[in-house]
Order: sequence, then structure tokens, then C-alpha cells
Amino acid sequence: MTPATRRRTPEELLLQVQAEEAQDKRGRLKIFLGYASGVGKSFRMLDEGRRRAERGQDVVVGAIQLPPTPDVEPLLNKLEAIPLRQVDGVGVMDVPAILARMPRVCLVDGLAWNNPAGSMNASRWQDVRQLLDAGIAVIASINIQYIAELQGAVEKITGKHVTQTVPQSFLFGTDEIVVVDAPPEMCFGHSGQGVAGDPARIAHQLSELREIALLFAADVVDHQLETYLKQNGVAASFGTQERVMVCLTPRTSATAMIESGKRNADRFHGELIAAHVRQGQLDELARTALERNLEMARQAGAHIEILEGDDPIEAILEFARERGITQIFVGHGVDSKWWHRWTGGPVGRLIRGAQGIDVRVFPQ
Amino acid sequence: MTPPAPGKLKIYLGYAAGVGKTYQMLTDAQDLHRQGHDIVIGYFEPHGRADTIAKTEGLETIPRRNVEYRGAVFEEMNTDAILARHPEICVVDEFPHTNVPGSARTKRWEDVTVLLEAGIGVLTTMNIQHLESLNDQVWQISGVRVRETIPDWVVKQADQVVMVDVTPGALVNRLLRGVVYSQEKSKKALENFFQESTLGALRELAMRQTAHESESHHVESDIAESDRNAARVGGMAHVGGMAHESESVVSLTGRVERILILVTADPSSAMVIRRAKRVADYLHADCMAVAIQRPTGGNKVGAVEREALERHLNFARNLHIDARLLDAEAAGDDPAKALVEFARVNGVTQLFLARPRGTGLRGMLQASIEQRIVWLSRDMQVTIVADRTRVA
Repeated sequence: MTPATRRRTPEELLLQVQAEEAQDKRGRLKIFLGYASGVGKSFRMLDEGRRRAERGQDVVVGAIQLPPTPDVEPLLNKLEAIPLRQVDGVGVMDVPAILARMPRVCLVDGLAWNNPAGSMNASRWQDVRQLLDAGIAVIASINIQYIAELQGAVEKITGKHVTQTVPQSFLFGTDEIVVVDAPPEMCFGHSGQGVAGDPARIAHQLSELREIALLFAADVVDHQLETYLKQNGVAASFGTQERVMVCLTPRTSATAMIESGKRNADRFHGELIAAHVRQGQLDELARTALERNLEMARQAGAHIEILEGDDPIEAILEFARERGITQIFVGHGVDSKWWHRWTGGPVGRLIRGAQGIDVRVFPQ
Repeated sequence: MTPPAPGKLKIYLGYAAGVGKTYQMLTDAQDLHRQGHDIVIGYFEPHGRADTIAKTEGLETIPRRNVEYRGAVFEEMNTDAILARHPEICVVDEFPHTNVPGSARTKRWEDVTVLLEAGIGVLTTMNIQHLESLNDQVWQISGVRVRETIPDWVVKQADQVVMVDVTPGALVNRLLRGVVYSQEKSKKALENFFQESTLGALRELAMRQTAHESESHHVESDIAESDRNAARVGGMAHVGGMAHESESVVSLTGRVERILILVTADPSSAMVIRRAKRVADYLHADCMAVAIQRPTGGNKVGAVEREALERHLNFARNLHIDARLLDAEAAGDDPAKALVEFARVNGVTQLFLARPRGTGLRGMLQASIEQRIVWLSRDMQVTIVADRTRVA
């Protein structure tokens, strides 16, 4: 098998150049992600700071949750801290003082904290962005319940509404993300994760939060991987994330395909995409049938893609390769000609062309 | 006498050597020891890492057993000595290890099973690339065909799977500083397994797998519940044409999902078996495998083929798949038809096959058994499993 390397497009080269340029000036951001208080995010963050300081890097603590827990206290004692500034009784990270001190690395806890009205930045994660822009590397920690886009899912579990949040895009932009994982039992006895009730219920809730954290981190890693592969002109996908592509036509009996596609995507925590290849003009009846199928897919949460191409099989395969599809769902054509028994017809051609992708053929 | 309650299994899951699995495991062991638990080290692989070795201090170690093989002496975990000592918890490094021939059991995970059955709790370590169902994908990502694998059902038995995570960048740094391997070995590792993209992909797999293991713990009971409800109401759960809930394992017709794998003598069978089992596990579907013995009149080719079929069926059985050989007579002169018939009789909803091998016109005209199966099984879903080949 030859490596699937190809010449990079100008856009990809530009992407790489921009990424490298930005990388040169900006400080690197590393985030420790946890699913509850007590998993040890702050500890991991401070411990990394301690190790870097011991290796000779200039490290300061920019903001830390107070009062410190007993396990982080010895670490804190070993590190230089820039004190929080008190504004209206609220501890605010002292960005001007940090910029004046200009360390190589700054440690920041509590990314979602809102700054008091009138501050330069509304929220602490924006303070961090300012430090990064100034060329300071930041190591931070965050609990998933403060990620804006995960709020709905987290609230459903904890029943607790959090008002201070960090946008997901900020975390997708990190250079490095680390999951701080621990079994749910470890988090008992810590307040603040917003779960209450009997131990079995708490354990269940914590384990649900844990999944959200792991899957979120996996998505960030997947995003980084894709960017890396694109920058290096690798056209293939590793298939680490399941992506199901349901191919729809006006004639498809779409219900079973969409249902199954959704179940697969849900269970694998993957993506569901419904695609149709446009070919010539459809009559009224066909257009209605297609619209119904696409609507059903939309209802199931699928991304809808309308593809163009004289050869539908080639259009499907090209899109599938481009998007890193792992499973293609197609209907068994009802109008197969007699010679298709030998050649396999369009479905046979799809199967032969789908290198590295599973093809599932559905009865029609 | 009633057997003791089985011990609990905790797995520290990583994505490469040097992420800190053993270190984390020993840190926890020290905590447990301090809390007064009776914990011993059954097997520990120091790899010459000073930080990790320091973590064993103060913990009792059960001496290893010497096994002689072909004139050399190998050290293995002494399972009998651990059983005799019978601690509350035992630390066992390198879960996927294969024992030297002549040991009581082939695999370390089998030794661990013995400990668990004796009521001893076990802490152990493994990397994601050793999970059987990911073997082809790992090969695709890394170019390494991992030989020491652990069946997914063994991992599923764990009470806890904890992910030990570091960033690939930090790992490569550790490697460069010589923390993980010797200089010579580090250089080689960096060229192969430790490429950043490879590490990133393996890491993502480990995260998704840990999430899946965590989920299956509490979802399994929910699913069993929803199955019972679905069985009670039959097809009613799907009124309106769309499934109301993704959690149900019942297909549109109200039938339980059942996957059937076609096993052939071709080596690609292993790939199909792994993939189908993985899909079945995720969908909470039943999984069966069948091989069809062609009538060959007992010649040499027939014997070789039969041996390969048996080997592949055994591979499936080791993954806890109900696997059977359909003999020539039952198959008649049309194996495709025999398979589809078998599937219908057994209420199969999905067939899993390998991708036809033939290329070009010849391949097309061969009208392979796979093609015929797709043609015949018009009332089932047929999945043609991809050849997962090296990406980059």
C-alpha cells in the first residue's frame, strides 16, 4: 500500500504557513480537563508547573482556586505566585502584573470566572488569550461543566445551572489537552460538582459526566489530528471517529437506513451524514419523495450533503474519502439489470471502490 | 463451601509505553496500602525507570517464578504463590503479556482471571493497541501488527477502566530525555510508533474506548430494561416510522438485532470477525459466525481449507462469538444460498462479509460468493467490511 500522500493544495500550504507563523509568536496553551471537582486537575496543572520550574523554565502562578486543598499546598509553596487583585471583593487575575513580570509559563485555574464589570476582559479565559498573544505559555485547568456547548448535557445530569462559561472554540484551539481521569469514587467527598443524592445516584451521574469529558477530549484530539494530517497533505483518515454516511435517493426506503445510521452514530458517539447526489431534473413526485427522506434524516440529527457529479458512485466515494467516512449505507437498487448479477451493478462498483470503508447494503 | 465473591479488576489504560500507567497504578497502590488494605505486587516491570521503581518502596513483592525454556531462564508471575499468600489486592503489570511456553496458562490475563476468581482484587495496566477488536485499526494507524491482544470481553469484565493521559508532545519529550527507553531504542521508537499523528490517533481511540467502557457499565442495565419493554410492546415502539429512541436494540420490525459473520479460509476473516464483533458490542446485538465447508471429496486442498476454517472459527469463539461449521451436505452445491438460508432460520438481521478480493474484469466476472450473497439476501442488511490498510 502506498502512503496516501498527495501534493498539497495552495490552501493547505497557506494553512500550514499561517499555523507556523502564529505558533512562533503566540504562547502555547495546555489545558487539563476534568469531569468533576476532586479528580486532580489543579494538582496536575501545578505539578507540571513544578516540574518545568525544576527544569529551569520561568514559571509563575497567575490564578489559583482559594483556599488551596491540602494536596496542592506543597506544590504552591514551591512556585512563585502573582497575587490576585481584589476588585469589589472578587479575586481577579492581575494581567498587567503578569505582563510586566513576563514569565515563560503562567498557570491559571478557574478559566470560566467572570471578571467584575468594568474589567478589560469580561472573563478569565479572555485574560488567558491576552497572555497567549503576549507570547506567554499558559497551563490551565477546567471542569467540563463550564464549557458552554456542553452545558445542556451537563445540566441534564446534574440539574445545576452554571452561569460562567468558556466557549468550546477556545478549547478546540488549545495546543494540548489532557484528560485528568479518575474513577467516580475518587470524587466523593468533594463539594461543588453539583450532584446530590444517594451514593449510587452520584456514582451514576459522575460516570456520565466522565464520558462527556472523555468524548469531548477525543473530539479535540480528532480535530487536532485532522488539522495535522491536512497540513501534512495526508488525504486519508485514521477512522478513529466513526462517521456514517447514508446515501439517499428519491427511491430509497430511507426509514431503516436512517434509523440504523442514527443508532450506529449514537452508539459509537460518531457523526451521521445523509447525502444525495444530484442528477438531472427530478419530477414533482421524486422531488417530494427525496425531500421527505432528507427531512427524516435531518430529524435524526444528520448533516445533509447534496453532492454533484455525473457519476454518483464516484461522487459518493470522493466525498467519503474527503470526510473520513467509516461506513457507507446504501440501498439495494430495485431496478438492477440482469448483467448486474455478474458485475454487481452500481452497488458492486461502490463496494469495490470503497477502500478502507465498510459498505452496508440495505434491502429495499 | 460457596466460592468467594470474585475480586474487582481495575485497568489503567494508556496509548503508548511511557504515558505513566505503571506509575499511576503504583501511586494508587501506595494510597491503598496507607489506607490499610492488604496489597502486594504480583508482577512489576521496572523498565529501569527510577521514578516508577521508587513507587514500589514499602510494598510487599511476591517473588517471580523461574521458567526454563530452550535452555534459557525466564521470569514469570508466580500465580500459585500469590494464591497461597492470598492478599486482598494484587498489582499485576502488563496485562497483555504472553507467558513463556511451559507456563500453566498462555496469557497473563488468564492468570489474572484465576486471581479474580479466588477473590483477589487486581490492578493492572495495558495500552489500547492490545485490544483485540482494534487490531486492524491499530495496524492501519501505526503499521504495527500487535500480536499480544486481549479479547474485548476480558476488558469488559473490569470494574473500572481509567485512562492515563499525557500529551503526545510530553511523551516524545520523555522519550528524548531517555526516560522511557534507552537512547538506541528511543530513536527507533520515534521513527515508528511515536510519530505524533500515530500517537494522536491511538490516544483518541483510548479516550473513546474508556468512555465506552464507562458507559457500558451503566447503560447495560438501562438497555436490558428497554429490551424488556420493547419485547413487551413489540413493534409499537416505532410508531410513526422513526425509531423513537436510539437506545433500543430492536430493529424496525421489532426483532432483536442479530449479526452473522461469514467466515472463510481467507485471512481477511480475522478482520471481519473483529469488526463485526465490535459493531455488535456497540449495538448490543447478538453475534454469530458460520463457515461453510465446500464439498471437496477429502483432497489435500480440502484439508488445508478445513484447517483454516477451524482456526478462524476458534478465533471467533475466543472472542465469545457463537461460531459453527456448516458441512458440505447442508450447504449443497450453493454455499451462498446455504448461508442466506441459515441466516433466515436464525433470525439474522445483518450479515458481515469480507470485501471481494478479485480485481478488474476477472474479479467482476468471478461473481464471487459475496456478490451472490448480497444478491440473495434481499431481506437483510449486508455489511462488506473494508480492508483496513496502512494510511500513512
